[in-house]
Formats: sequence, structure tokens, C-alpha cells
Amino acid sequence: MSAFSRAEVCAAAIADAFRDDGEIFASPMGMLPMLGVRLAKLTSNPDLVISDSESLFLAGVPPLFAKGDVVEGWIPFPKVFDVVAHGKRHVMMGATQVDRHGNQNISAIGDFAQPTRQLLGVRGAPGNTVNNRTSYWVPKHSPRVFVEQVDIVSGVGPRNAKAAGAGASKYNDIHRIVTNLAVLDVKGAGDTVRLLSVHPGVTVAEVREATGFALEVDADVPETRSPTTEELTLIREVIDPRTLRDREVKPVSPEATS
Amino acid sequence: MTSTSRGPRDKRMTIDEVVAQLRDGMTIGIGGWGPRRKPMAMVRAILRSDLTDLTIVSYGGADVGLLVRAGKVRKLVYAFVSLDTVPLEPNFQRARQGKEIAEVVELDEGMFQTGLRAAAQRLPFLPMRAGLGSDVLVNNPDIRTVTSPYADADGVHEELVAVPALHLDVALVHLNRADRHGNATYLGPDPYFDDLFCMAADQAYVSVEQVIDTAGLTVDTPVQRLLLSRMMVSGVVETPNGAHFTTCTPDYERDEKFQKAYVAAASGSDEEWDAFEQRFLAGDEDAYQAAVQAFAQEEEK
Repeated sequence: MSAFSRAEVCAAAIADAFRDDGEIFASPMGMLPMLGVRLAKLTSNPDLVISDSESLFLAGVPPLFAKGDVVEGWIPFPKVFDVVAHGKRHVMMGATQVDRHGNQNISAIGDFAQPTRQLLGVRGAPGNTVNNRTSYWVPKHSPRVFVEQVDIVSGVGPRNAKAAGAGASKYNDIHRIVTNLAVLDVKGAGDTVRLLSVHPGVTVAEVREATGFALEVDADVPETRSPTTEELTLIREVIDPRTLRDREVKPVSPEATS
Repeated sequence: MTSTSRGPRDKRMTIDEVVAQLRDGMTIGIGGWGPRRKPMAMVRAILRSDLTDLTIVSYGGADVGLLVRAGKVRKLVYAFVSLDTVPLEPNFQRARQGKEIAEVVELDEGMFQTGLRAAAQRLPFLPMRAGLGSDVLVNNPDIRTVTSPYADADGVHEELVAVPALHLDVALVHLNRADRHGNATYLGPDPYFDDLFCMAADQAYVSVEQVIDTAGLTVDTPVQRLLLSRMMVSGVVETPNGAHFTTCTPDYERDEKFQKAYVAAASGSDEEWDAFEQRFLAGDEDAYQAAVQAFAQEEEK
């Protein structure tokens, strides 16, 4: 029995994705990204600007979904789009599909004209990916998510951006893909998805098996770092005392991972 | 009355008078955002009308779901359709998967805003990066790119998306307070894009929780909350609880229990949807509000 959960490893890995961002607007979509961003703000990057996911910049770092904190700014939707275009933002979005070239899909599954499953729509993914740093969070790493080619390109990967010209590639910056199994980026040969580290208890073979395309893997893949004692205290006592994180990433028993 | 005491005209009207201004085939923009501050009473009035073949332009929530389920929509322009706490809108999903909407234009959220802004500024398009490299340009081949006449620092003439103006025949928005002339305030966290919707439209109708005196608009409210000037507004309707079941903060929050019932009915059998329609949507707005009250009382038991 390890001293930390898989969700806590993911939170620390997400925090690391925001570590070197400096003073920018960190926009996490979903619970684990929110936890990771707040962890980064309390540890490696106190300059991060965070919001209540509604319309306020928060000066403090309240627990997940808590209300009432010191406010340091106003960020309604029209201003969000201003910041996207301005570029001082790092968004971590979800992804129903991610392909070998780091394109993301949240629009629909199947043919656009008549999808087999209509999802949200492209939302802000096309604009995010050609304007500001973008990462993805995938709570269930599987071949259904990691596909050879996404059905509808919502978020634009580096190869697509380059093909569209300087207007698209200039600010295209797909930074990290954090999953329940591993950390990846899109800096493999020919702008492909590359394995950066596997979480403690996960093998490279497992990640390969859970990925529906040929993943670029270096000879020596490190283990994702363990959360520090300070981080574990912050996660458990300050940011997520209700252990909501385990709902998104189920605790893994050592036997189950063999 | 002497001419010097005359004020601007009184634009108060009923919901049915608003709907009487609408025509088949019109392009109608609906303000708010997803399940937040939507002009639902006016949407319900459209459901009751014979209007058809509409083009709906919306950051979509149940407004879109209800209108497509009722077969009112020929063309839909959107960036997403979502109920937030229920991410996927079941009536919208059903319509898309059944190919029931003849024409769909799915845009990036920022492109949508830029399209409204172009229309508001009477420009044919505005340039932006969003869309480049994505399937938005594949699925909307009519959207073109434009080459910058100016070189960037590297001497490159960037190719950008020429987002076409999203011109509206009519905008429908819901705010918290207005005076009888159409000056209107939002009291919640976010103006959304309601001012842009109104400026992108030939005619704009605002429904509000309460119509008050002009002086009352700023008596305890900062002037910056006056989002709409009367010169952008054609008509004002008082519809208390008119954004139900979406948020209208601080007057009320989203009715999550009702939204759940809506989602269950929309995801269920045709009979279940018919029962929901019969119970809530068959009558006028007063009947709707009475049915909602009865529903809330049942839920409390």
C-alpha cells in the first residue's frame, strides 16, 4: 500500500505542467485540473492567476467548489476571450479523443453531418490551441480516447497548426497530456505524441496497450515523480479535504495493477 | 402635456406582441450562455407559435434543445450546447444524431463572438486565429481565410480566418431590470454577450424580471451594470422568473431539480417527452409558471 493515491500523483503532475508558466491565467476544466492548478499556486508557482470558474479572479486558494474568498479581478466570458487572444493563459481541457498528432476532439463522434454521438461542440478548443498554451487531462487512458485520428479536430495539434501556416502555428503550444496512467507531450518525431513518464505502479507496456496508436517511447522512460509530503498535506487538508479526487481517478490497489 | 415634458417612448409589450414581430425563416439570436440567463419565457412563446424554418444563433442550452425538439429550427449556429451540470443537452443530441437540423454551423466560441462583433460594427468579417487548422473550417467551407496585408516581425504575411458577420434579424435577451424605454441592467456575475447580440440585430427584445423607473436602475447599482441602452432595444417585456430554469443571479439560481426532470423527459421515450410537454409547455407563460410551482411543491414533499 503506497503512501499516496493515483489521483494525488495526477494532481502533482498537473501542477508540474503549470510550474514554469509565470504570471498567467491558469484555466483548468474539470476537477483534477482544478486541484492540480491550485496545488501549483500553493507550491511551485504562486504567481498563477486563478478563477472561480465563473467570473472572478481569486486572490486566495480556496478548497474545490468552496465559495467566498478574496477577489482580485473580474473575468466574465467576454474578457476570457480577450485573454485567449492576448495569450497570457494556459488552459487544461478535457478530451474525448486525442490522436497521434495531438489533435483533440470534444465536438462529436462519427461523421459531422450525422454523428453517432453528439458531444459538446468544439467550444473554445480551436481558438485556445492557436492562441495560448493548452494541455489536456484524460482521466481514463484508453484506446477509445487515444485514437489514430480524431473524428472532428476541435483542438489543433502542432502538425495541423504548421500546415495551416504561421497564423496558426505561431502561438500553438500543446504542452502536456496528463492521464491516469502517464504524462505525455506532442514533441515526438513528426509532431507526434510522446511518452514522458509513467505513474508509479504503471508499466510502459500498459500505457502502450491503452493507446490506440504507435506511441513514441524513449528507451528509458522515467517514473512520474511522487507527490511530496507538503503537497499531500495541501491536497488532503487544504484543497480537497472531501477527497473528491478519488471519484475521478479511483484508488488503485497494488494487486490490481500487476 | 407639453412637448417639453415628453420622454422617450414606452416600449413595454407583451410576450405575444414580441412573437407577433417574428416571421418564418428569420435569423434569431438568443442571449445568455448555456444554462445561464436565457430568455426562456420568449423561447417558450416561440414554441407555442406557428413559427418555423428559423435560424437560431446561440451559445446554446435548453433554449436550443427545446426549439430543435419542437422542429422550429432549420439552421443552427452554435459553439456548444450544454446544461453545465448535465454536460450534454439531450434534445440537441437527439436532433443531431437523427439529422433533424437541416443546416448546422458549429463555430469556436471566440469566432461566434467575433461574428457578432463584425455584425455589430456593420463589417463583412473580422480576422482572427481561431478556426485555423481545425475542422471548423472543414465543416464550414463557406468560411474563408484572408491574408494579412502587413508583414509580421519575420516578414510573413499571416493567413487568418475571415470570420463572417453573424447578422441577426432579431435578438432576444433576458436581463434583471429595465426601464420602460429599454435601458437595462444585469445584476449577476457576467454580462455574457447580450449587448453584442442586440447590436448585431435589426430588432432587439429584452425581457426582464422587473420593469422599474429609470432612476431606480442606478439607485443602488453601479452605472457600469447598465449593459443595454434604449437605442439598442425595440421592446421590453416584464417576465418574472422568465429565465427559468436557467440562472438569473441574483434573482434566482438554476432550478436543478427541474433541469433534471427536463433531461429525464428529453432522454426518455416519446411518451415521457409528450407528458413533460403536456404538463409544462402546453399552456401560456402563466400556466408554465403555475406548473413549475406545483412541481417545486411536489419535490419538497
